[in-house]
Amino acid sequence: MDKTENNRAWLLVIPVLLVVAFSAIIPLMTVVNFSVQDIFGPGERVWVGTEWFEEVLADTRLHDALWRQFLFSGLVLLIEIPLGVMIALAMPREGWSVSLVLVVLALPLLIPWNVIGTIWIIFTRPDIGLMGNTINRLGLGFDHTASPLDAWVTLMLMEVWHWTPLVALLAYAGLKAIPDAYFQAAQIDGASRWAVFRYIQLPKMRGVLTIAILLRFMDSFLIYAEPFVLTGGGPGNATTFLSIYLVKIAVGQFDLGPAAAFSIIYFLIVLLFSWIFYQVLQNVGRGRA
Amino acid sequence: MSLRLDRVGRTVAGEIWLEDVSLQLAPGSLNVLLGPTLSGKTSLMRLMAGLDRPTRGKVLLDDQDIHEIPLQRRSVAMVYQQFINYPSFTVFDNIASPLRRQGLGRAEVDRRVRETAAMLHIDGLLDRLPAELSGGQQQRCAIARALVKQARLLLLDEPLVNLDYKLREELREELQSLFAARDAIVVYATTEPAEALIMGGDVVVLSEGRMLQHGRTIDVYRHPASAEVARNFSDPPMNMIDGRVDDGVAVLGAAIHVPLTHHLRGLPPGRYQFGVRAGHLSIERRTGHDVAVPGEVELAEISGSETFVHVHHSGVSWVVQQAGVHTYALGEPVRIHIDPARLYAFGEDGALRAAPERSG
Amino acid sequence: MARVEMAELAHSYRPRPASDADYALKKMTFVWEDGGAYALLGPSGCGKSTLLNIISGLLRPSEGRVLFDGRDVTALSPAERNIAQVFQFPVVYDTMTVAENLGFPLRNRGVAEAEVRARVAEVGEMLELTPMLDRRAAGLTADQKQKISLGRGLVRSDVAAILFDEPLTVIDPHLKWLLRRKLKQVHERFRRTLIYVTHDQNEALTFADKVVVMHDGRVLQLGTPQELFERPEHRFVGYFIGSPGMNFLPCVATDGGLAIAGVETPLDPSLAARVNGSNGTLELGIRPEFIELHETPTPGSLAAQVERVEDLGNFRLVTARLASHELKIKLPEGQALPAGTAHLVLPPAWARLYRDGRLVG
Repeated sequence: MDKTENNRAWLLVIPVLLVVAFSAIIPLMTVVNFSVQDIFGPGERVWVGTEWFEEVLADTRLHDALWRQFLFSGLVLLIEIPLGVMIALAMPREGWSVSLVLVVLALPLLIPWNVIGTIWIIFTRPDIGLMGNTINRLGLGFDHTASPLDAWVTLMLMEVWHWTPLVALLAYAGLKAIPDAYFQAAQIDGASRWAVFRYIQLPKMRGVLTIAILLRFMDSFLIYAEPFVLTGGGPGNATTFLSIYLVKIAVGQFDLGPAAAFSIIYFLIVLLFSWIFYQVLQNVGRGRA
Repeated sequence: MSLRLDRVGRTVAGEIWLEDVSLQLAPGSLNVLLGPTLSGKTSLMRLMAGLDRPTRGKVLLDDQDIHEIPLQRRSVAMVYQQFINYPSFTVFDNIASPLRRQGLGRAEVDRRVRETAAMLHIDGLLDRLPAELSGGQQQRCAIARALVKQARLLLLDEPLVNLDYKLREELREELQSLFAARDAIVVYATTEPAEALIMGGDVVVLSEGRMLQHGRTIDVYRHPASAEVARNFSDPPMNMIDGRVDDGVAVLGAAIHVPLTHHLRGLPPGRYQFGVRAGHLSIERRTGHDVAVPGEVELAEISGSETFVHVHHSGVSWVVQQAGVHTYALGEPVRIHIDPARLYAFGEDGALRAAPERSG
Repeated sequence: MARVEMAELAHSYRPRPASDADYALKKMTFVWEDGGAYALLGPSGCGKSTLLNIISGLLRPSEGRVLFDGRDVTALSPAERNIAQVFQFPVVYDTMTVAENLGFPLRNRGVAEAEVRARVAEVGEMLELTPMLDRRAAGLTADQKQKISLGRGLVRSDVAAILFDEPLTVIDPHLKWLLRRKLKQVHERFRRTLIYVTHDQNEALTFADKVVVMHDGRVLQLGTPQELFERPEHRFVGYFIGSPGMNFLPCVATDGGLAIAGVETPLDPSLAARVNGSNGTLELGIRPEFIELHETPTPGSLAAQVERVEDLGNFRLVTARLASHELKIKLPEGQALPAGTAHLVLPPAWARLYRDGRLVG
């Protein structure tokens, strides 16, 4: 149904438009500006065309960071989505325990991101950290500041601990929205537990899982605060993800032109992959994939 | 106050929602908008309320374009199919809300809320919240809120469709007497021909955004201007069968011969569409003129007081309405009896050519 | 297929029910024969959904037993009872084709593939789903989805009963009669025990051979549509079935007769014996269809004021006032209507007597 037609509605939208303009559109334009010019100082700019883009695309360290980033996001999705769904399936559907479980699950999501890094630094320290110390006592020699593998393990653990609850909460919401009649019908049809999951729960969760996958992909692809606090991109370049590398270029080396070109490429990659995920997930389960 | 629609039309995104509707509604009149879902009833009401602008034509309240009157001064109230109340307000506050907006005094608000609530038999529920009421009570509350401000234009969009049929029966009767006691222009939309007949007044028959016919409800029912009106204003839809007239006899379908008696006498030869309402067919023979048609029972639907027997005869499905409850086996052979005095004849263009004379 | 029996069944959602009011279902005992089409009819909140859940096994009654073919199934789950159910909103497995949906209950039970195919083809044909067997169920219309739900019950030859919970709620009005007919045909062909729950008299009476009318947790009558219309056993049944419902007039028993609004009418001696000397409120019930209107008084006629006449096309609905009571009378087309005072005749063949709401004769 359409609503009353007058122009007053636009007045109400203006504040939002202003906020979006200042927070997104103007910075983006600035970045585009930087990416095609060489800036020596105020008022001294030279048009360089696609030079920065060519330089950035040829940078082998960027290629390494990009593959590292894909590996990281891939692992995040492979672990967090199934794990989140499993947690959601195991959660109680009613009773007092529901709110308790929800609160416990939401806890990691409430902690500021840099604090998370700090918590895990302490947790995994070989000398005093509960986890690091315990593993070392077992004689496994764990140190995320020295071993790239240990650094990755620690990062993955932190990431999974931090964000799986979000997936679980989304999946839980999807499960709760399935009418009881479906489960009753499945029971009557003699469906196994697996069949109920495969033919009812999974198809009905498709919408929320699409959102979960998109959110987790974008977020993990843009990850910065946690590795910055925990490993600083090391040891060596083992955990130097795109964002950390970008900051190194922009802030560390103050190469604003290449950094701007990098940002735009980065942005396009995220956009492209999000779009691909979305298209694939929309069509899966509708028989058109 | 009078409401006039002057050749209004509304097209949304290239799709015609309403086409060339002209109406003049007088104060104190009850006007039923009858048509199936998506026939334009709601669109028309929204134009009357001034919620939407017509893309063609004008809506005039007392000869003034409704869009030139500020919303607060339009004196329009509307009731919807969904039970729309403020969920956090009690029944009292719900009913009082339009009065408080008008800035009436506390005593006056109190008096009018109680009076209206009593009319709708919810005066015992004034302290409850809408969620604590049954569906019927919630809709009573919504109707009370629409009535209390004594708007001069009262629009009801299928207000009873979401209620059980017993509640519908009760509320219909109450609404009729409430409307009769008011001087407002009442517009009542429904999809059900029976409800239109019960409400009475005038009827506007709508189909696919077009106004098919406008007139006294019972007259339109008895003299539908076209086959389309006849089908829409009958429940079940009027039985229709193609036929022809020659040599002083009407032939329905392939081989049902009906003598040209009564109102059919003057029909010139040619092709026709013949129609007969379910209630005018019978399984038992009634008069000597009845024409018998053999058929097989497809289904007997029982409404409680009536039985609707679907009978199949050479490719045509007829519906016969019988008083009382009767059961038939599927496929049971029966004979339908057609009384020629009850036949409608429509021309090839669908326009009415002959209607039964009114009896009783 | 099974004969379904409720033995001393009652249910309360409270742990320790004290009074009658604590019971959502009051104690009831009745039998549904094998292969019959039954309906549970009543207004919302009458307990019909509770009873349905008890029959299907989703809810365990607090008292009494449910028997299928004499076997106590009270403690069994829906799957163990071998029932099938069609829900209010269509339940289909979206990612499967129509044929896979229909075959699902059989494959889950390990039925041989050839047999599954044969059953699916047979039921698909019966339900007119053959052209769309290979399509995904997700894109179908509501009526087609409801047919699939029904089909999943029909494919199983071991089903004890198929339950329907207001299955036509989401169906387009003009398609409803086609589905009703399909249900009748299905019943005739497969002769399964079918149980249909609804608040709509039209659906219940059209579908069922026998209807159970419920109100306030009680079963008021189990009867054929004709019995419900012609001999309601309870005043509520008279009111609830038919539009408008039955008229009720308070009356008093006199020596050998009955006084209605001060007018004495003779009474059949056998009935008089049952009415006389009994306590409780007596009421005479008569349907609007059966009251006769006359212009002149006849013996035993009652003078009433005609208050309102509505022309409803097929008939006219007359509202008349008899003393302080309002009566509805359906007047067939073509019949003359006296103005002002009308003389009502209540034919004894259609007049029913109720004591405290219960039929006495």
